[in-house]
Amino acid sequence: MSRPRTLFEKIWDDHVVCQPAGEPALLYVDLHLVHEVTSPQAFEGLRLAGRRVRRPDLTFATVDHNVPTLAAERSIIRDPIAAQQVDALRHNCHDFGVPLFDIDSADQGIVHVIGPELGLTRPGITLVCGDSHTSTHGAFGALAFGIGTSEVEHVLATQCLRQQRPKTLQILVRGSFPNGVTAKDLALGIIGSIGTDGATGHVIEYAGEAVRALSMEGRMTLCNMSIEAGARAGMVAPDETTFAYLRGRRFAPKGAAWDEAVAYWETLPTDPGAQFDRVVEIDAAALAPAVTWGTSPGMVISVTERVPDPQRFPSEVERSAALRALEYMGLRPGTPIQEVPVNRVFIGSCTNARLEDLRAAARVAKGHRVSSKVMAMVVPGSHAVKQAAEQEKLDQVFREAGFEWRESGCSMCLGMNPDILQPLERCASTSNRNFEGRQGARGRTHLVSPAMAAAAAIAGHFVDVRNWEYRD
Amino acid sequence: MQAFQLHTGRVAPLDRANVDTDQIIPKQFLKRIERSGYGQFLFYDWRYLADGKTDPSFILNHPRYAGASVLVAGRNFGCGSSREHAPWALQDYGFRAIIAPSFADIFATNCTKNGLLPVVLSDTEVAKLLLNTTQFEGYFVTVDLERREVRDQSGFLAHFEIDDFKRKFLLEGLDDIGLTLQHEPDITAYERQRKSFATPAST
Repeated sequence: MSRPRTLFEKIWDDHVVCQPAGEPALLYVDLHLVHEVTSPQAFEGLRLAGRRVRRPDLTFATVDHNVPTLAAERSIIRDPIAAQQVDALRHNCHDFGVPLFDIDSADQGIVHVIGPELGLTRPGITLVCGDSHTSTHGAFGALAFGIGTSEVEHVLATQCLRQQRPKTLQILVRGSFPNGVTAKDLALGIIGSIGTDGATGHVIEYAGEAVRALSMEGRMTLCNMSIEAGARAGMVAPDETTFAYLRGRRFAPKGAAWDEAVAYWETLPTDPGAQFDRVVEIDAAALAPAVTWGTSPGMVISVTERVPDPQRFPSEVERSAALRALEYMGLRPGTPIQEVPVNRVFIGSCTNARLEDLRAAARVAKGHRVSSKVMAMVVPGSHAVKQAAEQEKLDQVFREAGFEWRESGCSMCLGMNPDILQPLERCASTSNRNFEGRQGARGRTHLVSPAMAAAAAIAGHFVDVRNWEYRD
Repeated sequence: MQAFQLHTGRVAPLDRANVDTDQIIPKQFLKRIERSGYGQFLFYDWRYLADGKTDPSFILNHPRYAGASVLVAGRNFGCGSSREHAPWALQDYGFRAIIAPSFADIFATNCTKNGLLPVVLSDTEVAKLLLNTTQFEGYFVTVDLERREVRDQSGFLAHFEIDDFKRKFLLEGLDDIGLTLQHEPDITAYERQRKSFATPAST
């Protein structure tokens, strides 16, 4: 019998085109997703070298980072440089024969939301995109990772990447989630525990009862934030939940090909006895709703805790980072996080803007009103998510509660479009990065789950959603 | 690609851990479609005050670090977004090498693709370099890729690891895509045996 292998090893082995002596492996890429921000220089490189896109049939593009989310301004990008970048993608897709889900397409959305939605993301494939949150797609048992623009050009030209084989890290999440605790809280809990470079050089496989119990949306949230722990990629083994999600999606295999695919996908989960380079265990039952207090996703506490005292961190590096973060965030050590007021709430991003996320936020919002001191917005992850939410009348729930209901895109996760924080504004955000200036220069970001964000919008400060008064 | 063999230059200290690529180059400068001209935006929110004036308290604005071409920083440098604009900005500003106890994976790859050398030294060695920059005005080091070492004139000598392929690639300034295209027959052979369901179904 062959040596037991992990999910990662099976996919890796299956995609090695060749392994020249003394060189990294040449790895085949099954799916390349492209967006407007990290691709123009890559296409230009192809042009200058007289090269073509090797596999336009394995390449799909959309516009997400720069797009306005106000319906009335949807087709007008006022920033001429941003407009030029979107136009460049249109021209490049046209010239090189790459399919584009443009701003007016029913399939437009954040690249990491539409890939799964369209059935482009499938178990067992290798998937890359010039975007660090490509790790999202690992939720399907794919090997999916972010690359830079030079590598985007390399994949466009060769459909391959030269890759050093990463190490493997299994994160075993035991037990089950308490009420009010979500995949977002798990992701933040993991990063808080292993650090923002805790998984550098590794591919994470998330396993255990709690991970099995997650929906595909939850698994995507979890894998999405793998990069925030420094991981090359995050993965979850495919199972019935995965297959049920994919069946019937537009680009998913059909008929006999579906049966053949499922038979193969069922062979992918890690074999009993397979070895990981490292294993970390997490107790799901010990998790609580999480809120970040600083300027790195690892600076996180549970909603019942207080802003930490920098002097209590063990190393000088951590003490100075914490001091700096508190100054930037305008917070005092010892303040209960629930006493911290917010001015803005952002429910959106590739981390938390899928239908399940919007349902969770709407359930909290229903029958309540957004605080008069808060401007809150909901930005669906894709046009399809928006439509599905509207069919369930979630948009009405949000609007009646005083949330703005927007068109899809990356929006205020990074504020490349007009959706940005003003200096010193404090935001409860369902996105993935609380870096300095990420959502707007001098803006202050606290990362939370969708339900926690909705609750903060209504209360005007952070609250423990486990005690929420639901009015449904 | 620009080759890297040996570089001697002034050292600037950035004694912070987890410097993310949003700090190296903020999002509003990612809208351009060129590869060049990003140096003016490097560390924008740290270099400039809200009114657009230079912030004299930011370390790279100190006259003693003017013209620095080697940056020494804390661990996990370049974490976060995959934006290659980060190494483009560092390089365009004038940096040829970055020394830190560790780098984020995507950032390190992006650097080597552009001939900007990420050098991993131990915490102790990095601390020593940071100290030297504050003690000696105009402090400079030599980063020698051939010998895999960083040295100064007063006896500092540190060896660093880099895999042989990456080293050769940088020393010779190889064309990455051209090199891969030499394996064209292997790629075609691989494509012939790919699983049919690995390709998106036609609609």
